[in-house]
Amino acid sequence: MGELAKAFEIPIGPVHPALKEPIRFTFRVEGERIVGVDIKPGFAHRGIEFMGLHRNLVQVLYLAERICGICSISHPVALVQAVENAAGIEVPPRAQYIRVIVAELERIHSHLLWAGVAAHELGFDTLLHLTWKVRERVLDILEELTGNRVNYAIPIYGGVRRDITPEQYPRVQEMIRYYRGLFEELCDRFLNDASVEARTRDVGVLEPDEAEALCAVGPTARASGLRKDVRQDWPYLVYGDLGIKAITPEDYGTEPRGDVYDRIVVRLLEVAQSIDIIERCLEEMPEGEITFIPKIPALLAQLKKAEGEGIGRHEAPRGEVIHYVRLEAGKEEPVVWKVKAPTYSNLMSWYPMFEDQEIADIPIVAASIDPCMCCMDRVHLVRGGREELVWKEELLKLSREKTRKMALGNG
Amino acid sequence: MKLSSFKRALWVFHVASGSCNGCDIEIVAALTPRYDVERFGIRLVGTPRHADVLLVTGPVTRPMAERLRRVYEQTPDPKAVVVVGGCGSTSGVFYESYNVVGPVDEIIPVDVYVPGCPPRPEAIIDGVVKAVAKLEKLEAGETV
Repeated sequence: MGELAKAFEIPIGPVHPALKEPIRFTFRVEGERIVGVDIKPGFAHRGIEFMGLHRNLVQVLYLAERICGICSISHPVALVQAVENAAGIEVPPRAQYIRVIVAELERIHSHLLWAGVAAHELGFDTLLHLTWKVRERVLDILEELTGNRVNYAIPIYGGVRRDITPEQYPRVQEMIRYYRGLFEELCDRFLNDASVEARTRDVGVLEPDEAEALCAVGPTARASGLRKDVRQDWPYLVYGDLGIKAITPEDYGTEPRGDVYDRIVVRLLEVAQSIDIIERCLEEMPEGEITFIPKIPALLAQLKKAEGEGIGRHEAPRGEVIHYVRLEAGKEEPVVWKVKAPTYSNLMSWYPMFEDQEIADIPIVAASIDPCMCCMDRVHLVRGGREELVWKEELLKLSREKTRKMALGNG
Repeated sequence: MKLSSFKRALWVFHVASGSCNGCDIEIVAALTPRYDVERFGIRLVGTPRHADVLLVTGPVTRPMAERLRRVYEQTPDPKAVVVVGGCGSTSGVFYESYNVVGPVDEIIPVDVYVPGCPPRPEAIIDGVVKAVAKLEKLEAGETV
């Protein structure tokens, strides 16, 4: 008996290549209960900052876009702001509005994507297909406005690369109506479902003081009740004029408990918030120029003369992203480029979240901070020195069995 | 190629060898209602041992190279490898990095390249269909 009661370790990973910061988890478990977790990031490192130091600033923009395929405007928006800070470039108001519109469209697609993945982790595939079906609509609009479904290539130093034409307005407004009409149904499907509630209420709890101490950002922090949002606390672009307020579960009328359920609430409400922002932007967007220097060679020449350092911050769908650059006169490439992605700040919140949870809850708790989805590739089990591989399927099976058991238990 | 040439369901395993998630979400999009590849019997499986086709995304990073090779060896013959995305096909923007050892065809043999950053779901489906054609030829004992 004493032998069996001993804690053993479950390493998960080591490579989670779908993440921006790939991760290896090592769970210490006693029976089904998780008593500790160790996290080691840094596996699928592509050396993007290093590559950026050997290319000119416009090429760096393409690299920044490919840090993450889901946040493919968040990183460029943060980078262009950093460079504009350093080089003292003014951005025309219309370009700022266009950046905000595309950034909010991205938030809608990212949150819907996450909601679908969360449903999948719970074994609720019908809901995955429903959310991904409605998500296609925002991708259509992104394609219409930018020319691509993912990787939009919209921001450029001092502006944006594409304008929104008058014919496109009605199509965006139609999308806004479509999502407004759907919103209640979507909320109902997620938030009033007994099995979703049973699997997510009081699971993976992050207390507000823990969230604060561990520097959680984005929906992860807001679900714990912290009113923390770069768009509100450190307004940039035109967010200051739009009067954004950080969303917490209180806006849904419940006390924040910091569990997975609250993270679903916050993300769904943020979809509605983004829709409102896009609508306001379309109304308030002034006519005018969309770039500071339209010609790329002239822009590069101007940037080559710039000297100084700058910081760009942006509230990505997952939280705050920060880019820091230092430029030196006479050099086309940045001398320093430092990127801090939101998942990096949120990693530490996994420690309190996993504590005292069951193994079957690993997929949904890991997914709840939205670390970029397909991270649970495989589980590496070490039992008494013997190693065996448990694949994602088996973990999913465990998770689904738990849903079924709970559903049966609730009658 | 006509759809009637699908003789059986085709199982696909997705390996992300350091990708940025762009291609990965498009692969998932191909599975969900708008594109719905399951109507052709194509589905994602959780282990390479069940797979007919490997979908590889991403430039291969140094720690992933060995794992990619292992996944390829674990996939039973006959098999086809489809590279999804520009960076897996040619390294794309990720050149001159100390930690990228790709493109994919330097690590494992590749049958179909799907270019694009990221390719549209239709293009990914087309790539898998081309892989089917190759598999059927292999099964008939023809050389490709």
